[in-house]
Amino acid sequence: MRRLKTLSDQIARTRREFLRDATGVALGSTLLRSPLARAASLPRNKKVVVITFGGGARDQETFAPEGQENVPNMLRDLIPRASFFTQVVNHGILGHYVATASLATGAYETFNNFASVAPENPTVFEYYRKDLKRPSSDTWVVAPSNGFNRIGESSHRSYGMGLGARVILPKHLLTAAMSSGHTDYEHLLRDNYETPYFTPELAGGGEVELQQLEDLLKLSVTDFKAHARTLSSPDELSVYIARQLMRQVAPSLLWITMHDIDIAHAGTYSLYVEGIRRTDRLCTEVWKMIESEPEYAGKTTLLVLPDFGRDADGDPGGNGFQHHRTGDPLSRTTWLMAVGPGIREGVVHDRPVDSTDLVPTIGSIFGFSANYSQGKPIQEIA
Amino acid sequence: MLPSELKAEQFSAYPPGSKALAREYVETLRDLPLSFVPGLLRELIEYDYKFPAERRALEKELNNLAKLSTDDRKQWMQGFASISTSSKLEHFDWINLPAQFVEQLSAHLWATHQLDASRAAATSYADRLNAAVPPQEPVIPRLGIAVIGEGVDSYSEPLFRKLRPHGAYFSKVNPENGLDVLLDAVAERAKKHGGDYLHWYIDGGEPGAYDKTITGVSYERLEPVRNALLQKMHSELTKPGMGPEMLRTVMAELRPADLGMTSSDPVLARFQVKVLTEGSGTQIFSTSFAQWAAREALRRAEPVILLVRFAPRQRQKPMSEMLAPNAERPELDPVGSLVDADMGAYYNWINQQRLTGGEKSSFLAWFEGHNTAVLIGSTVPRGTESSDPTTMKQLLSWIS
Repeated sequence: MRRLKTLSDQIARTRREFLRDATGVALGSTLLRSPLARAASLPRNKKVVVITFGGGARDQETFAPEGQENVPNMLRDLIPRASFFTQVVNHGILGHYVATASLATGAYETFNNFASVAPENPTVFEYYRKDLKRPSSDTWVVAPSNGFNRIGESSHRSYGMGLGARVILPKHLLTAAMSSGHTDYEHLLRDNYETPYFTPELAGGGEVELQQLEDLLKLSVTDFKAHARTLSSPDELSVYIARQLMRQVAPSLLWITMHDIDIAHAGTYSLYVEGIRRTDRLCTEVWKMIESEPEYAGKTTLLVLPDFGRDADGDPGGNGFQHHRTGDPLSRTTWLMAVGPGIREGVVHDRPVDSTDLVPTIGSIFGFSANYSQGKPIQEIA
Repeated sequence: MLPSELKAEQFSAYPPGSKALAREYVETLRDLPLSFVPGLLRELIEYDYKFPAERRALEKELNNLAKLSTDDRKQWMQGFASISTSSKLEHFDWINLPAQFVEQLSAHLWATHQLDASRAAATSYADRLNAAVPPQEPVIPRLGIAVIGEGVDSYSEPLFRKLRPHGAYFSKVNPENGLDVLLDAVAERAKKHGGDYLHWYIDGGEPGAYDKTITGVSYERLEPVRNALLQKMHSELTKPGMGPEMLRTVMAELRPADLGMTSSDPVLARFQVKVLTEGSGTQIFSTSFAQWAAREALRRAEPVILLVRFAPRQRQKPMSEMLAPNAERPELDPVGSLVDADMGAYYNWINQQRLTGGEKSSFLAWFEGHNTAVLIGSTVPRGTESSDPTTMKQLLSWIS
């Protein structure tokens, strides 16, 4: 544990030094201000958008000096306006679904990553809806189709059934919209490498998806298909759907799970880096959407974080960027970026933060209590 | 069952060499914890298909464990003994399916937050073993060669960025007959310093002509085996209830004959099948194949020379489509493959440096058909650049 802590500290320092050099941001430890002052600057009708920068990106390809070329948009447009946490440590299982579910519950879930099961602990969506008596339309998850269909609602007996988020799976939506051949859309239906065929079936089949498309997103099948043809990846499709959701439904709590980066499992470095560059661009696009949509502008906190990292080049138990199997410090240590009203701009915090702190932090922003979370609110954001 | 209940006859399904070795050391195995023994058996069960370097290492490891006093053995195993397993794991057939057991143990360690403890135990054990039974030094200093960028006419981005700090960068290398010169150098070494599986040539495409003293592996020549594997995966994946873990188990059990492979060298055939069945992406991307095959060759055979040539891989398509058997020639992505190979060359060097004699070993990476190369070696100044005209033979002479 001490080794993990020491190495995580080193990783954090590298990120901080780089960010200071690259963008002129300040170190945050001396910049904490009174919660009262911050509360006074916060708008009412708050909204939160979470983006998981997935699936799994390493420091050296993102915020370390040699990674800067892969995240130019976030460096230019987001970092100067953000509080950036350089040391977010994930102590849980490093599988994408189980780790993302752990992020969403604030507790380290231990289920089989490849099983289509609900998280055991209440999700952030359930806390939000139950405590604040919000309707289901106010919390949405946009996620890749594999496995993530159960992420919106836990099996917890005090929460669970009927209290979760609505989950939209863009690839399912696209499949349902296509009456015949997939030829023009294959690139948007790419599955991740680890689970190429294991797409869970949803209740209601394609009809539910098409109903979502027309009733909620106000999109005709023809328009949807025409726009989808202009996109280049599943994550682009996800952001397109998120944009429609923001415009037509305007949920207060929106969770977008990116996954293009996980092509790294196929061992192709160029495709992994391409995925990071695309995700960097898409994160900035989401922030621009937030700023341009009246329902979101000026009252939305954007939180961006990877679900975890990937194995270090030097760990003999792994094969570098390809996997996240060793549980080494590099694969466990990531970052978090927070942008929005009341959040200090251009500040870097290198104290350790736990992945499970995300949910209690969102709880503090909205005013609900994440009773079963193992984390605690990040004071600099909450 | 627990290792303390082991009996010699329980290894009856093992291949002959493995069986003899297991029976010889059954008493030692009885004294080791469940979190350790299947990991050892996973290696032991493959003994008959292992390279000479692996066999030697395994024999020495077993001999060392047998020689330890009861107290010393307890100390060596302390970390493993403190790992709690489960009744499900205890009831698993870990004698005959040790690799599958290790996968299940790994999932258990993650779920019970014991992964860090397991890593610490493994690291401590490896350190003790290396001190007690030092790995064998190579007969001559090792040489690694990576040839990248086949089929790329021009590329303006900097290459070898990760390797350059460790050696000298040359920008005016005469590329003429470069690959032939390198293959000749490998053959010359193989003839001078013989030994089974010590001289390797791995090609991500169709290989150049090479001497028969060299152990050769080619992605292109394995096409019928890859197609048979994809066919197998495809049919398994469409079975009801099939999941990723079950698929991994099915693939781990595949043998060369299952994929229509006939070879006079069962050890090399088994190696190639393992690269295809255990590596991620090796079935569909030639760059992943070349990198993983090189990693495994270095780790397992500990060659004194390894030439890896990366070739263009197919362009990305939906995974389900890439995994489906298809007679059509795929569209290639030479530039993306160059980026993959640049990283692959760096990984080859890292993996070579993990072996004994790393301080004396050398490495050459070359952009095929072009003028740029990096040379790393104990006599090569680090982080330097040269724009003097150079030939491939000269580069090799500086590190041999």
